[in-house]
Amino acid sequence: MTDGMARVETCDLAVIGTGPAGMAAAVAAAELGLSVVAVDEQSVPGGQIYRNVLASPVAARLGPDYGHGAALAAAFDAAEGISRRYGTTVWTLSADGEIGLRGERGDIVLLRAKAVILATGALERPMPFPGWTLPGVMTAGSAQILLKSAAVVPADGVVLTGSGPLLYLVAAQLLDIGVRPGAIVETTPGANYRAAARHWRGAAHGAATLLKGLKLIARLRVARVPMVSGATGLSAEAGADGAVARLKYHCGGRERSVACSLLLVHQGVVPNVQISRSLDLPHDWDAAQRCWRPRLGEWGDTALPGIFVAGDGGGIGGALAAEEQGRLAALAAACRLGRIDEQERNRRADAPRRALAHHLAVRPFLDALYRPGDDAVVPADEVVVCRCEEVTAGEIRRCVVDGCVGPNQVKSFIRSGMGPCQGRMCGLTVSEIIAAARGMPVADVGYYRLRQPLKPITLGELAQLEEVAQ
Amino acid sequence: MSTPFPASRRPDAIVVGGGLHGSSTAFHLAARHGLKALLLEQTYPGRHASGVNAGGVRTLGRILPEIPLSLASMEIWHRLPELIGDDCGFVHSAQVKVAESEADMETLRARDVELRALGYTHEKLLDAETLRELLPAVSRHVVGGAVAENDGCAIPFRAVTGFRRAAERLGAEVRSNWRVERIERTGEMWRVSGPAGTAEAPLLAICAGAWGDKISAQVGEPVPLNPEAPMLLITERITPFLAPVVGTTSRRLSFKQYPNGTVLIGGGYRGIADRDSERTILKFSGLATNVRVVCELFPLMKTVRIVRAWSGIEGVMPDAIPVLGPSLKAPDLVYGFGYSSHGFQMGPIGGRIVADLVATGKTNLPIEAFSIGRFA
Ligand SMILES: Cc1cc2nc3c(=O)[nH]c(=O)nc-3n(C[C@H](O)[C@H](O)[C@H](O)COP(=O)(O)OP(=O)(O)OC[C@H]3O[C@@H](n4cnc5c(N)ncnc54)[C@H](O)[C@@H]3O)c2cc1C
Ligand SMILES: Cc1cc2nc3c(=O)[nH]c(=O)nc-3n(C[C@H](O)[C@H](O)[C@H](O)COP(=O)(O)OP(=O)(O)OC[C@H]3O[C@@H](n4cnc5c(N)ncnc54)[C@H](O)[C@@H]3O)c2cc1C
Repeated sequence: MTDGMARVETCDLAVIGTGPAGMAAAVAAAELGLSVVAVDEQSVPGGQIYRNVLASPVAARLGPDYGHGAALAAAFDAAEGISRRYGTTVWTLSADGEIGLRGERGDIVLLRAKAVILATGALERPMPFPGWTLPGVMTAGSAQILLKSAAVVPADGVVLTGSGPLLYLVAAQLLDIGVRPGAIVETTPGANYRAAARHWRGAAHGAATLLKGLKLIARLRVARVPMVSGATGLSAEAGADGAVARLKYHCGGRERSVACSLLLVHQGVVPNVQISRSLDLPHDWDAAQRCWRPRLGEWGDTALPGIFVAGDGGGIGGALAAEEQGRLAALAAACRLGRIDEQERNRRADAPRRALAHHLAVRPFLDALYRPGDDAVVPADEVVVCRCEEVTAGEIRRCVVDGCVGPNQVKSFIRSGMGPCQGRMCGLTVSEIIAAARGMPVADVGYYRLRQPLKPITLGELAQLEEVAQ
Repeated sequence: MSTPFPASRRPDAIVVGGGLHGSSTAFHLAARHGLKALLLEQTYPGRHASGVNAGGVRTLGRILPEIPLSLASMEIWHRLPELIGDDCGFVHSAQVKVAESEADMETLRARDVELRALGYTHEKLLDAETLRELLPAVSRHVVGGAVAENDGCAIPFRAVTGFRRAAERLGAEVRSNWRVERIERTGEMWRVSGPAGTAEAPLLAICAGAWGDKISAQVGEPVPLNPEAPMLLITERITPFLAPVVGTTSRRLSFKQYPNGTVLIGGGYRGIADRDSERTILKFSGLATNVRVVCELFPLMKTVRIVRAWSGIEGVMPDAIPVLGPSLKAPDLVYGFGYSSHGFQMGPIGGRIVADLVATGKTNLPIEAFSIGRFA
């Protein structure tokens, strides 16, 4: 840490997150003459999907999507008028655009922006089942992060379980680097296939996306990766060393199990609403995706003037949609700051809007197909839900019996969501458990009240702010 | 103790506000006077100051008129299990005020002389050496301090819940999402109304915290209450290094480590309170001043990570003491609000006093200083 004072800087537009949404937003805004500061806590641009796209040792093997990302990242990297800050975390952001940044060495910058685009992407949906906290169990997404940045090859005996496209993608990426998964244990409820079939029209529009998915599955079959579908009642068990040794599940009316030394779990991604929640912005429960999303206008505009959301942080739409949403938010920001008039904004929005509609057409199909079932999001009593404070589902249910009506009372009561991750890992599960226990919609149960700092900072770092007190 | 009333029994008293003071009032009405309370809370019990405060249960450094009440409250804190069947997470630990200079020490000595003259012995002076035994990690510049050995801390939300449940067991009714907007005297009854409906009872207690003035104004007793938002922050878990709760003499600080290793930091630095929307906004510049004091007193804290910061809405009176006592304008109406940032510790006794006043018009504790008449 440094003992100095916080620096104060200003800009027209701050873009938080440099995934596809943030990179596209920054490039579009800089083209319109805005001074842009683009911030990401990662050390490189690209976001979740194109992480390390400019320099990944395995980039070539990660496929053509990665190539599209490389082009976007190169444009972002070369654009003038953008100050790029990597390894920089946004730990506070106020309704009027005052942003606290912490650099890699603990230096604090107070950035005053006239407009802000939140492009903070998605998080993996928590997947609590007995044994999910054992050593050797990790999310497919975090395995992928290892894969994309350092090409660390997981050991033998890799099993994947859960639901959603990323599960197959990660399995295929493992094949690419010579690791054959021991099994894929799929949990998508059978009824979802019928529900999804109703959205075939949209699916037809998204044929390219679906084809990609089918190709992945075909590849896994050719490689003879054992695949089970419709599994329920998952539980992971430890071996003598305390680490995960097998995955048990029910399928076809029988109890089965498969040995593993690394268990990758995944059941889709959900918007990262940490910042929008901490600003007290209105959020709606998205019943199709079983997650919260901030209430947005057609430009990604929020209830706070000058604060926009683009990309998966506003609702899961995928990387290509995120890009277009980034462009639209940049246009709206430029218009708000008087760089272009409304007519010009609307004219320029035409192409991104059409592209966005195209990319989103397949969502209703995917949402219906990969909507997690009740037993996948409402775990049994003995399962740990809040990992930081080690609170179980049963303890949460007991709080409900004792009269706690929502997540905030449960939090005050038994500290769930009070640890270092501040509910990022347990928030959705806690709301779902309370809703199920009370027999009411999650929308009415609500979510944790989130507070800043958005990410932990040290006392010494915060102390740097004092001298710039207004 | 009395037995629960039949559910059909009409309430004897309406209590507005489900913080610690309202919950304690409802409990004491039943336990001491056999009266049934209907407690009305605009959100849920413990949502505001009483559920989110620093949990400091302190007699140390109290403003003089509060001392008799604070000492009486302390006795109740120490015997909560027998009274309400729950310890509210109360743990006994000393509260220490450090002197950072000779001038600070002089201030503490003067207070000591004053307290002794009044016959109080709950605070003691500490020399530098004894202080360092109590606080081995404290910075070298500290020259001494004062201690209240009988103090402690508790878990705020649990305390509210403990009193609320005890009240309910004795027959009190508690309603959430019930905001009282108007109070009216009709004949021998108080009628209160709001979006959730109307309710009536012969007696009325206002324990509405930072919103109390809105109600007192309706009977012609406006008071200059300022809704403020004191801020707190809590750190990750670190190895235990601190037993007592620590405060300062000429700067503002409240500092303690919980048994789980987390460290709670406050000191009354203010965010922005919006009591109409029941929200607060943090001001990190204020928290920065707060943590700078911490880093100077306990240098080992510099590299510890802050996990969360928050604040609550508190009603602060210009003279920093609450409005506690009967209305001087309307019958059967009692106030207990505006605890000015230090009313958690006072909850057990504050509710007892309000209950006694509501039921009998009398209390055996000196409350003249808190009369609403001081603002007339
Ligand atoms: C773990 C994971 C793996 C995925 N893998 C794939 C995949 O392989 N293929 C695919 O098609 N889709 C994948 N997805 C979905 C894909 O990420 C999104 O569709 C797409 O990246 C959305 O782009 P975005 O710009 O909205 O957000 P992202 O690409 O997620 O970018 C958000 C960026 O914001 C940064 N950020 C967040 N909070 C802060 C903060 N407080 N301070 C500073 N920076 C911050 C993050 O570091 C991140 O770089 C994955 C999603 C996840 C969660
Ligand atoms: C951050 C912070 C830290 C603190 N630290 C300490 C400490 O360490 N030690 C200490 O002793 N004190 C502390 N305090 C002060 C202490 O919390 C308060 O003085 C005390 O809790 C006040 O209790 P109360 O019941 O009067 O008010 P509250 O807890 O605010 O309860 C009043 C209730 O009335 C409700 N209400 C208001 N108007 C209406 C209406 N019209 N209709 C229905 N309901 C209504 C409100 O919703 C609220 O729940 C702190 C306060 C804060 C904010």
